[in-house]
Amino acid sequence: MAMEKVYKRTIGVKPNAVSGFCPGCMHGTIHKLIGEVVEELGMLDKLVRCEGVGCCGLGQLYVSHDLNISAHGRACAVATGLKRANPESLVYTYQGDGDLASIGLGETVSAANRGENFTVIFVNNGIYGMTGGQMAPTTLIGMKASTAPKGRDPKEHGYPIHMCEVLSQLTAPYYLERTSCNTPANVRKTKAAIKKAFQNQIDGKGFSMVEIVTTCPTNWGMNELKALDFLEEKMLAEYPLGVYRDKSKEE
Amino acid sequence: MARVFMKGCEAIAEAATRAGCRFFAGYPITPQNEIPEYFARRLPEVDGVFVQGESEVASVNMLYGAVQTGTRSMSSSSSTGISLYSEGISYCASARLPIVYVNVGRGGPGIGAIKPAQQDYKQATKASGNGGFEMIVLSPSTVQEAVDMTYEAFDLAERDMNPVLILTDGVIGTMMEPVELPPMKTPEEIAAMKEARRPVSAVGHSPEEQVRILPGGVGSSFEPVNIAAAELYKSWVDKDVRVEEYMVDDAEIILTAYGISARIAKVAIKELRAEGIKAGLIRPIALHPFPYKSYGNLNFDQVKGILDVEMSIPAQMVWDVEHAVQGRCPIKECLRSGGEIMTKEKVLNAARELAKEVL
Repeated sequence: MAMEKVYKRTIGVKPNAVSGFCPGCMHGTIHKLIGEVVEELGMLDKLVRCEGVGCCGLGQLYVSHDLNISAHGRACAVATGLKRANPESLVYTYQGDGDLASIGLGETVSAANRGENFTVIFVNNGIYGMTGGQMAPTTLIGMKASTAPKGRDPKEHGYPIHMCEVLSQLTAPYYLERTSCNTPANVRKTKAAIKKAFQNQIDGKGFSMVEIVTTCPTNWGMNELKALDFLEEKMLAEYPLGVYRDKSKEE
Repeated sequence: MARVFMKGCEAIAEAATRAGCRFFAGYPITPQNEIPEYFARRLPEVDGVFVQGESEVASVNMLYGAVQTGTRSMSSSSSTGISLYSEGISYCASARLPIVYVNVGRGGPGIGAIKPAQQDYKQATKASGNGGFEMIVLSPSTVQEAVDMTYEAFDLAERDMNPVLILTDGVIGTMMEPVELPPMKTPEEIAAMKEARRPVSAVGHSPEEQVRILPGGVGSSFEPVNIAAAELYKSWVDKDVRVEEYMVDDAEIILTAYGISARIAKVAIKELRAEGIKAGLIRPIALHPFPYKSYGNLNFDQVKGILDVEMSIPAQMVWDVEHAVQGRCPIKECLRSGGEIMTKEKVLNAARELAKEVL
């Protein structure tokens, strides 16, 4: 009896690519989910990635669809030009927290406020990974970083920024959800959220963002399991998972 | 083709529209606001896209995105705004993307004066961003020339897959002159241009045909890309130098200027000749590649002095003139700055003084 194929590797990721992400990093999982979702939607040949700078910029080595490297923080502006000039393509930005919430805060908020019809995948691990563990706008209070060696101090550095909550103050965004990839159940929820975010774009609904809270064992200075514990106990307490805007529920 | 009376900025926008430009992003800044305002009205009429960016930084990055789709794309700004464009221009040059942009310059560093000036020569020709990239830089001295340059700039940009800059000033930008407009590209022509670039456009492809727009990158050496760019820049020296030489053959003093200053200097030359001073003009039309040979090949037994006329203090183009002349005759400067427009009288006086010294 022939075996039924119940799982196969998505062609949205290069067939022979071996992930160079650190052990315990969730970027690899998220790349796989994007590939699976867009393959299921039958849109891989329309997909264009605007890739942020930082560890998210390593994705160019692994994905098999069209992409550009967007300047640090500018992915939402680049995606605006790309999508407006060629509405038939399926456009997404892939950005970390330093990229989207620090240097690119203006571009992110403005694109969201215009209700641009593309999809934002925002990977929030509370730290700068690629450059070696500097403080991000999302770094938790008390959390040590190479540029905050005594830990983040609200008196000096302010407080973590919550992008889903910030963007939910705007009228235009169509869909904002925060997920994580720390458990199989949450991976499935993240996949569903990414699918929804792309489907919204296909349906012309406007700005959708999925914020994915992730680990950075390397720069958090923890092993993979400790990092998962930290994510559950600390990160998810600061960044509660859930839907922050879903206009489809209002329609 | 009938002549129409148009303001420089609006004529530039109309010429770009006729060249098939279908995307414009920009941010308000004087003295170039008529360009985005014209596009805001005009582009929707031809199924084009106008976006007012939230900043110059965002606008130039929108341009970076739009041009990747094979759409003819353009922006404009002024001096301090152009500084904010540096990042995006550098990315376009590195990724070899054919954007066109216009600098209607202001007078000085910082926020600068909003009145006409030519204070951005070095920025335009030497370093418009990080990384040592180069661009063809054109500078018009009439509204008609601004129209023709804008129309052609898209072809040059796509020929080289490299940005092209039009550097002008508030006189050309705001002055009204009669112009003959170039023919309008048809929707079929525009669609065909976009389609021709599809294999290298980020519009979605199969994994086998994946397009990656990489202004730099990880995982491999970037040296071959820089070598290819350097070869492109060298190729301009033979084929893209553009210069006007006016009454140079028997000239004993040479006035040199670009853009609006050249137009003013040209009028002065006629009066100098009437006074018996044999003056000529060298006007770089392309500021980069610079017409070094026009100066280098002068007969210095006959040419006794050069007068560099610029609306910039300190003088900037004079650096290139000196590089070509190599000390073979004295070079004097006739300068205005900070929004003060060059006058024929000032040029005349400076030229007479130079003639008195060297002839």
